[in-house]
Amino acid sequence: MLRATLKSVLSRKLRLVLSGLAVVLGVMFVSGAFVLTDTLGRSFDGLFATAFQNTDVTVSVKSTGPAQGFDDDQKLTATVKPETLEKVRGIDGVAKATGIVSADGARVIGSNGKVITSFGPPRLGENWTGENDLVKLREGRAPQSGTEVVMNAGLAKSAGVKVGDQVGVLTTQPKKTFTLVGITEYSGGRDSLGGSMVVSFHESVAAELMLGTPNVYSSVDVKAAAGKTPEQVRDSVRAALGDSFEVKTGAELQKAQTAGAKEALGFFNKILLGFAGVALFVGTFLILNTFSIIVAQRTRELALMRAIGASRKQMIGSVLVEAVLIGLFASAVGLGLGIGVGSLLAWVFGNVGSASLELAGIGVPPAAIISAFSVGMIITLVAALLPAMRASRIPPVAALQEAATPDRPLTKVTVVGSLVTAGGATLLLLGLNDKLGDSSLYGFFGGVLLAFIGIALLTPMLARPIVGVIGRLMAWSVPGKLGRLNSARNPRRTAITAAALMVGIALITGVNTVFTSAEASIQKIADKEVNADLIISGDPSDERPATFDPAVIDKTKAISGVTGFSADYFDVAHALGEDRSVTIMTDVPAYAKMFKLTAKEGEIRALGPDEVLYDEERAKEKGLHVGATIEVQLARGQPRQMKLVGIYAKSSTTGGLILPTTLIGELQVAQPSWGYVDVADGVSVDGVRKQVDALLADSPEVTVANRNDFVQQQTSAFDTVLLMVQILLALAVLIAVLGIINTLALSVLERTRELGLLRAIGLGRFQSMRMITVEAIVISVFGALLGVVVGSGLGAAIVRALKDDGFSTFAMPWTAMGTYLALGAGIGVIAAILPALRAARVNVLQAISYE
Amino acid sequence: MTLTVAQGSATGQGTPVAARANQVWKVYGSGEAQVVALREVSVELQRGAFTAIMGPSGSGKSTLMHCLAGLDSVTRGDVHIGQTKVTGMKDKALTKLRRDQVGFIFQQFNLLPTLTAEENITLPLSIAGRKPDKAWFDTVIDTVGLRDRLKHRPTQLSGGQQQRVACARALVARPEVIFADEPTGNLDSKSGAEVLSFLRNSVREFGQTIVMVTHDPVAASYADRVIFLADGSIVSELYEPTADTVLDTMKRLDTGA
Ligand SMILES: Nc1ncnc2c1ncn2[C@@H]1O[C@H](COP(=O)(O)OP(=O)(O)OP(=O)(O)O)[C@@H](O)[C@H]1O
Ligand SMILES: [Mg+2]
Repeated sequence: MLRATLKSVLSRKLRLVLSGLAVVLGVMFVSGAFVLTDTLGRSFDGLFATAFQNTDVTVSVKSTGPAQGFDDDQKLTATVKPETLEKVRGIDGVAKATGIVSADGARVIGSNGKVITSFGPPRLGENWTGENDLVKLREGRAPQSGTEVVMNAGLAKSAGVKVGDQVGVLTTQPKKTFTLVGITEYSGGRDSLGGSMVVSFHESVAAELMLGTPNVYSSVDVKAAAGKTPEQVRDSVRAALGDSFEVKTGAELQKAQTAGAKEALGFFNKILLGFAGVALFVGTFLILNTFSIIVAQRTRELALMRAIGASRKQMIGSVLVEAVLIGLFASAVGLGLGIGVGSLLAWVFGNVGSASLELAGIGVPPAAIISAFSVGMIITLVAALLPAMRASRIPPVAALQEAATPDRPLTKVTVVGSLVTAGGATLLLLGLNDKLGDSSLYGFFGGVLLAFIGIALLTPMLARPIVGVIGRLMAWSVPGKLGRLNSARNPRRTAITAAALMVGIALITGVNTVFTSAEASIQKIADKEVNADLIISGDPSDERPATFDPAVIDKTKAISGVTGFSADYFDVAHALGEDRSVTIMTDVPAYAKMFKLTAKEGEIRALGPDEVLYDEERAKEKGLHVGATIEVQLARGQPRQMKLVGIYAKSSTTGGLILPTTLIGELQVAQPSWGYVDVADGVSVDGVRKQVDALLADSPEVTVANRNDFVQQQTSAFDTVLLMVQILLALAVLIAVLGIINTLALSVLERTRELGLLRAIGLGRFQSMRMITVEAIVISVFGALLGVVVGSGLGAAIVRALKDDGFSTFAMPWTAMGTYLALGAGIGVIAAILPALRAARVNVLQAISYE
Repeated sequence: MTLTVAQGSATGQGTPVAARANQVWKVYGSGEAQVVALREVSVELQRGAFTAIMGPSGSGKSTLMHCLAGLDSVTRGDVHIGQTKVTGMKDKALTKLRRDQVGFIFQQFNLLPTLTAEENITLPLSIAGRKPDKAWFDTVIDTVGLRDRLKHRPTQLSGGQQQRVACARALVARPEVIFADEPTGNLDSKSGAEVLSFLRNSVREFGQTIVMVTHDPVAASYADRVIFLADGSIVSELYEPTADTVLDTMKRLDTGA
């Protein structure tokens, strides 16, 4: 039996290669993700080990006030006072204590006038504390005054600056220009540690620039005296300073930092695995189809085996053994390729742009191997099981009958398909609407998966009418008509092939629908609620909000034709028992006019000291009314009691507490992030825009745009994300293309006689190629059409569920949908190439004389 | 050794020729595996005649037919259909030749299962982008007696009916020659007789030229002329054959060889 199976595997190399390829690609994705994240993880280990190699113990202040930051990484470091530094120096076991200023947010303006951005690593501003084992001056000298800086070589390269240049840097203060006097490198001649960018200021200005207060530190670096371990020193410092300080050894810090980085990597890994899952899911269809076709074609052979005494179990076994062989082989190849792809991506991560992560050796984690084989085997076996059972049900008499198997009725699949689809849709909606508690997300994904399976089961039923219609559009010639008829010939086969394509296209369409709706919602808000003629804002995809020089505010107001201007400062404050985002508007009435902000209670007016405004929804939630007292504590201030003077009606453009301008000084960053300009009627908006633009010359993080350009800017990030999603899903589409090629190739093989007959009675080579191409196009357009429909349904469900989260408008990505359909046709043409060539090469004589 | 049958035969002279093979050799393979399927065969097939080709299995009947029809290339010699020289034609021209001047009836698998009987019948015309001549189509359909089966698919037709559809398909395009390789080989004697008399009628009534390969002396007796092949050569021929004369000739050749 095994010998017979092996022989039959080898005799069908092509189709096995094609179906194996689907597994190979999926497994490659899975193991590549593991190899990539493992390699990066170990690289981070090395990175942080280096970064903390010289640190014995670090002292910082436990933050007590508000979280004070836009997210964890950007928490304003609570500062260490000079007295503390002195105290630490006096503690027994401390050999040396250095006050360190180090905070994210030193944004260097490159020689091209643009702010140097980093993708992930911080942009640190520090005080220069001299060379040490880790950091050395490669060129130049240390900063000797407040107007001099040094920076690491990686940053200097990205910025395109050299020693002696004047360099602009944005800190908690607007742009200041410094002379670059030195360039540093890290031990081993490295330009950067993991791509981080470091500007070192002179001691005299570092604290004020980076921490907002002169003469303080973010932490104290402690060297243990000879004979003392870091742990001993940590304990004695902790004992001396008390509870309000965080005292950690270098090893502890390294562990914490590494854990943070690995968590981010884990998330990244999950995303990659998600896309791999999609690819494998699609691959399952392909394998299922291949085995079904193989079994159908071997009906006589299998029946003969049954007739000569093979048991049903042996029949199932024979198909499954074939699947196991393919699964093993494809998993091994996929793992090999995955290691290659993972290493390549790791290299790209480590070396592209300013990032320079020293890569740890490429490793193959056990997870990669285990997942590669288990995923590859399971997928192949699951996909082969159905056809195997069908093979076992072939009656021995089939050996004696005409090979033509009658069409099995579709009732059963259709009923099962409807049930599964309904179940999937229900689960999906429950998940979307958060009805499943913590497992809502899983419910959603599970629902999507089930819905896809259900719809795939329904496709054979849909295939006949829809394929007929699509085919008719193309059947203007005899080859076209023949192709159309061929595609409708075996609805199951056509359906599975098309369903595989549907999955990829549906996901792409769904995501696109969500983004298009988000864009439309923003556009609608802009149209309905924004009256500002010009808007100053930064890149919305930037991690930290861009800021601009407050001096711009008054200068903009002074431009003739400007009738109103307001700037927004943002921060997080501790208020009403929680960290809440707060806004300071420089001109509340002007803002209210430009954004149609209306009072629900009290007044919307310029705020006096200690007066606040709040939004309707949250005020109601807290049971607050005008006249209430709210305690607010800002990053640099003490808790203060403030009076609620107005509650504004729900607005799509602002929310939360609005504080008076008197508190600007207490913000973490005392610079505005947004500005809104109202231009008088009849005055050229573009003229004003140019003047504002000139004022922003020293604030390179922001730009000024009219309303339409602004919407474009805000939504441009969507396009990037959409592009990424499309690239990642392209793999699923590629596998679906393999499926189409496979189905067609098998059909061509099956119909060799027919092709010969057609050629004998006068069908030209080109015409037979055309026939195959039409068949391919019909299948792929059918799949794309299903995908577009299912995808927009999915998108609609998501948009509806997110209605309260800003998705006020549902919009279909019509152009993109059209493109996907056209793409479907294109895919058909490409998938048809090989099978069509094969069909064209059919030798008429051989074809008609072969039994 | 070689017998040039057409020349010198009384009825052959002066009749226009529908297809002609001239000193055709067909050799398969090379070296030890070499098989000479046809050796210097010359034959002329008169227009409007029903010719049967007979001979033992492996004698080269199918090969001769394929060469005459332009389905296979010849090793030496040349083949003409009507005035057209087939030998040396490229695939494109051959396809066009088959489409316009040749009709085929095979032993089985003659029809596309996706098309109805009617669509199968008009398929060669559709491929060529021609409209069937309505009157002629009706005549053919009535002759084969398929009018009530036109909308049926091949799987819904009996073997004999399927062969009649194949005959109708070959006839509708009015080709120069129809080649039939054992068209009744898979049929019982009654269905076979139907198909054969239909073929003979189309020769008598419409002047169609037909060449048929067969093993069956009864089938051959429907033809106007029988050519006997043995070992790749034409060894004998009969005009106005009956089943008995065919059988006699076969016996004679058998013992003679
Ligand atoms: N493609 C081929 N390659 C090699 N030899 C071939 C090929 N086709 C036919 N032959 C040989 O040529 C000879 C003639 O074959 P052909 O098919 O013409 O015989 P036939 O008279 O039609 O026989 P049958 O009555 O069995 O159909 C045979 O010996 C056959 O083996
Ligand atoms: Mg033969």
